[in-house]
Amino acid sequence: MHIVVVGLSHKTAPVEIRERLAVPESRLGEALTRLCGYSGIKEGMLLSTCNRVEVYAVVEELEVGYTRIQEFLADAHLSVSSEQLTPHLYWQTGDRAITHLFRVACSLDSMVVGESQILGQVKDAFEVALTHKTTGLILNKVVKKAISVAKRVRTDTRIAEAAVSVSYAAVELAKKIFSDLRDKTVLLVGAGEMAKLAARHFIASGVRHVRVTTRTPQHAVALADRFNGTAVPFEQFREEMATADIVLVSTGAAHYLVGSDDVHRAVKQRMNRPIFLIDISVPRNIDPAVRHVDNAFLFDIDDLESRVVQNRGERLQEAERAEHLVLEEVGMVRQWLKSLEVTPTIVALKTRVEDIKRGEVEKALARLAHLPADERAMVEAMASSIVNKLIHNTMVTLKSEVATADGAAFVEAARRFFRLGEVGATSEDLDVEAPTTRTSANKPG
Amino acid sequence: MAAVFFMVTMALYFAATVSFLALLVRRADALSTFALTITAVGFATHTIALVTRMLTVSGASSPSFHEALSFFSWMLIFVFLAVEYRHRLHVLGSFIVPLALVSLVSAAALPDTVPTLQPVFRTLWVHVTLSMLGTVGFAVAFVAGVMYLIQDGLLKSKRFNVLYSKLPALDFLDDLNQQSIVLGFPLLTLGIITGAISAEFARGTYVNWNPEQTWALVTWLFYFVVLVGRLTVGWRAKRAAYLTIIGFAGVVLTLVGVALKSFGSVS
Repeated sequence: MHIVVVGLSHKTAPVEIRERLAVPESRLGEALTRLCGYSGIKEGMLLSTCNRVEVYAVVEELEVGYTRIQEFLADAHLSVSSEQLTPHLYWQTGDRAITHLFRVACSLDSMVVGESQILGQVKDAFEVALTHKTTGLILNKVVKKAISVAKRVRTDTRIAEAAVSVSYAAVELAKKIFSDLRDKTVLLVGAGEMAKLAARHFIASGVRHVRVTTRTPQHAVALADRFNGTAVPFEQFREEMATADIVLVSTGAAHYLVGSDDVHRAVKQRMNRPIFLIDISVPRNIDPAVRHVDNAFLFDIDDLESRVVQNRGERLQEAERAEHLVLEEVGMVRQWLKSLEVTPTIVALKTRVEDIKRGEVEKALARLAHLPADERAMVEAMASSIVNKLIHNTMVTLKSEVATADGAAFVEAARRFFRLGEVGATSEDLDVEAPTTRTSANKPG
Repeated sequence: MAAVFFMVTMALYFAATVSFLALLVRRADALSTFALTITAVGFATHTIALVTRMLTVSGASSPSFHEALSFFSWMLIFVFLAVEYRHRLHVLGSFIVPLALVSLVSAAALPDTVPTLQPVFRTLWVHVTLSMLGTVGFAVAFVAGVMYLIQDGLLKSKRFNVLYSKLPALDFLDDLNQQSIVLGFPLLTLGIITGAISAEFARGTYVNWNPEQTWALVTWLFYFVVLVGRLTVGWRAKRAAYLTIIGFAGVVLTLVGVALKSFGSVS
């Protein structure tokens, strides 16, 4: 059993690759089911954001598992082959995989160190996995831990306070185009989390006029209410662009919603007043050719990244502290994982002796049919007492030695002494926590 | 006396120019304080130089091109310090102070002999002052245009360097461009009218279509079109920046023409 992560992120792959691999929320469940359909993959979780597509899994055999997951990723898009993907992928296992997940959740691996969206995205990915029952004992524990570590990092360090998010970077850029944001109008297209956050940042920076459009009119109205703005019919938003100084696009559409012609027309209607377009969608929703339109300034997610990369230095100190916290917590998870290896052994041991005891007791009682019920119970109790006493020390030793370097050897020895065979599906029996309760407990908000 | 202050001013503006140019690529608070301080000191010595010069040539019927350029340079620094005071826009100095230095050096290169004409040409003072004030407007518009194009280019190419962080917002530069022309244009118009009146006094004809007069009128017409285009059909932003740069090239050509004539009139 190995815990692994295979994936790519903004650090290893350009947006052109990421947008092709990104799995839309609606198809996440289906993808997860497909992932866990591969043989040798015991547990799986899929984290798909604009900046990363990562598969966290528990696999039986390392190399086979890596290969399967890579196949799974390459299958996500027809135009992506496994070979094309390889240079952008990273593979980690064991502690390194856990550390990676923790760092991701803590936003230490984000474009903007300290940004807050990623934690919600990890929670969402976990929820989807729980709903589709693709995670088990190991991932449940590790992901839950990742979420709690991330929360701890946010409260114990100033990483979040000091963070410059992508959405804040957008506001910063806007201030280099418009000196006063107060009389500017923001048009929010789509209801992507990042765009909503950016809209909130713009309002905090003084923007008073917000227009909202989404494919679902009711959604737009609700969102407009929240931002104290007005809703615009989705079919008309391209015409509305002329009245907007800042256009924030973040929809789930898989194609370009805004083209050069639309922007050209808007700029013309605006009498050449500059227009600031921010495309936070992956796949992108604004045609990159818009860059060539005069007085239109288009920034996509990668552009915002390069802007904030410069500000990273200031946050490195806090990030350093967060890294220490992560290491600490990874150590704790490592311990748990080790104890986990012994747990199925103990379960198997108990089952084995229970089987032997039952067999022997039944044989004896069959010959002692004349015994009254209370005496039969005494015979049974005696048998139980003997086997329990026999295995008691073994179990105690296993539990205490497992954390040591020789832990695995003890587990191995116990298996041989009691002829326990291979570690089997017993691990699932140990997952006593009901997924439904966890789902509600982890609702972001 | 005036000459000494003039030389001191030139040295100070030179030091300020070097500092301001260094500030284009470096972030150094101490340097920007230094640059601003010596610019302000230079402005003070420049003022003294101008005033003492005025006192000595007050009897002259017309200023020489030397005075005109020196006054132009002084006004540029004045505008810079005013904008700096209001908006804390150090980076403007990196563009305006070099321009002021160039015009001051040009002034130094020109003969400072005051033409001796009949008292009737007193109106020439008005003509020169107004024309130069108008030119200052166009110069600031030019500088705003250059800054606009640089910032536009940096934003478009996503190069977030030191200069990007120092340059102000595009719409600020566009506003500065517009305001400079809106102020400069009527001043130049008045300058041209008073010039024509002076010419009528001197030669009995308003315009005699010599090259520099023709150029001046072409330039005036150009700015007129630019201004009308901006206010009616939206020639703003990048286009306005380009147009004001072209327009200023016309202004400089006119001034060079006048300068050459002033050489000719002396020798």
